[in-house]
Amino acid sequence: MIEAVGLTKRYGDRTAVDDLTFTVRPGAVTGFLGPNGSGKSTTMRMILGLDNPTSGTVTIGGLPYRKLPNAARQVGALLDARAVHGGRTARDHLLSLAQLSGIPARRVDEVLDVVGLRDVAGKRTKDFSLGMGQRLGIAAALLGDPQVLLFDEPVNGLDPEGIYWVRNLMKELAAEGRTVFVSSHLMSEMAQTADHLIVIGRGRLLADMSVRNFIAANSAGFARVRTPGSEPEQRERLTAALTEAGGQVLPEPDGALRVTGLPLPRISDLAHGAGVRLWELSPHQASLEEAYIRLTQSAVDYRSTADPKAGLTEPLPPGAEPPLPVPGQGQPGWFVPPPSQDPATAGAAPGPQDGTARPFPAPTTSEDPR
Amino acid sequence: MTVMRVARSEWTKIRSVASTAWTLSLAVVVTLALGMLISALSRRESGSMDPRARLSFDPTLVAFAGMTLGQLAMIVFGVLVVSSEYSTGMIRTSLAAVPRRGVFLASKIAVATALALVVGMATSFAAFFLGQAMLGPLGTSLGEPGVLRAVVGGGLYMTLIAVFSMGIATMLRSPLLSLGILMPFFFLISNILGNVSATKKVGRFLPDQAGSRIMEVVPRAADDTPYGPWGGLGIMVLWVVAALAGGYAVLRRRDA
Repeated sequence: MIEAVGLTKRYGDRTAVDDLTFTVRPGAVTGFLGPNGSGKSTTMRMILGLDNPTSGTVTIGGLPYRKLPNAARQVGALLDARAVHGGRTARDHLLSLAQLSGIPARRVDEVLDVVGLRDVAGKRTKDFSLGMGQRLGIAAALLGDPQVLLFDEPVNGLDPEGIYWVRNLMKELAAEGRTVFVSSHLMSEMAQTADHLIVIGRGRLLADMSVRNFIAANSAGFARVRTPGSEPEQRERLTAALTEAGGQVLPEPDGALRVTGLPLPRISDLAHGAGVRLWELSPHQASLEEAYIRLTQSAVDYRSTADPKAGLTEPLPPGAEPPLPVPGQGQPGWFVPPPSQDPATAGAAPGPQDGTARPFPAPTTSEDPR
Repeated sequence: MTVMRVARSEWTKIRSVASTAWTLSLAVVVTLALGMLISALSRRESGSMDPRARLSFDPTLVAFAGMTLGQLAMIVFGVLVVSSEYSTGMIRTSLAAVPRRGVFLASKIAVATALALVVGMATSFAAFFLGQAMLGPLGTSLGEPGVLRAVVGGGLYMTLIAVFSMGIATMLRSPLLSLGILMPFFFLISNILGNVSATKKVGRFLPDQAGSRIMEVVPRAADDTPYGPWGGLGIMVLWVVAALAGGYAVLRRRDA
């Protein structure tokens, strides 16, 4: 059991972790989710007593980590797969850790077998791939057969077989009644592994609930509406009508509209009333990944923008259309609204929505106006 | 109990990296080779030596001439033992396993010090005997007054230099920064401060200037140094204690 109360860490005037309060219970895999730089690793380090909180406390089984008797036998952690001396062999690395906590040397070979590194145990770790490093880090965490396990981004750099293995390992450890706390920035990964989710963004707690509840609460439905592509004014007219009726409208990259807050028949009626023809009106369910992105969007530190590739692509000949992304091929099946510099107009941001219509970007396809 | 475990682990760490063998054997080889060379040269020049120089000629100290360079390898050893934990990130794994940082640091320093002491003593005795062999008739023997003290002192001096470097590296954490400060300091700055008349009075209290006094058997001409051989080594020990205390204070307080 890990308990954080009002946990805060400031570096100068930057707040990395802001008043976090949560509990990680035994017998379940708890996913610790957040975008890059959201404070996950800092929180992990504070749990392990490596960083001192600016304020607040975090305890394991009721004691701060640095007060735990023989901590390594109670808590195992993988923080950074690269945090090993590259000149040391895998076996010597694990042996030094085993000796630290009075673990017999034969346990080293056991965990090497568990993570599948037995064959390279005598090799220096600087020649290890990132995936092998992760396995070595997991071996170190398992060394003391601890009741509490912390893993910071354990599937980074692992091949599909490795990811599958880590996933099952976590579930097994939790099924044995252990406390398993796993950080990740991938919702899809957590949806398949975790029972419980703690989501943070910019150091603040955004959600603390079971995966099932998270899905139920966040994967709201929406409607996809498409107007005739050759008549952009129809699209604008429909957007105005839908917004006026209390719906939220977002443009999708292929020119369609995503509408939330209005049932399908009502959308049809509004379109009819506005004299707009519809080419498509279909119900959809938002994915978990999308729910997560929506939740954390206002709390992303490193936001990507569309790559204009100016100067790289030749101008399209008149009348030609740029290729559209093919669903399921290299492109996610969901669409994240385009990044906005002004958080108030980021339509998908959580919190109160501004019901005002916002100007549409110019149509992305240059249709031949016949 | 815990200390023994951590010490065993630190021994595993120290013996399983190549830098330990490299730095320590370099310290031995450089000290011995240079000591022998200077001793052999001294013997060749002895014929042209005037009586006054002959009076202050110190065959023990001459045999230790290689230590000025050999100590640099000891410094690298001391720095790498500590700072490789930080440069690799291993420190977080280590401290997660041993949350009591005082125990961690004490065990690490103790193991590295023990190793440095063994190597330092062996080097000092070997340098002495090889040097005397090169000096031939000019040489001295362990039985002469003060000589055994000087040879044992030479081993202690090399050990203390390594421990001092460990303390500094614990404070600074970065191997480059630690070496960048320690190497020029002990190779150049300290020697300059200790020999230029304007700074001599302060310079001779620097760790290496004070500590190396223990290797001298024949007193210098017109010597006004306010401490003796053991007093000088005591001053060096104070420096080492200060460096370790500073290192512990930093380790205890700062985030890993």
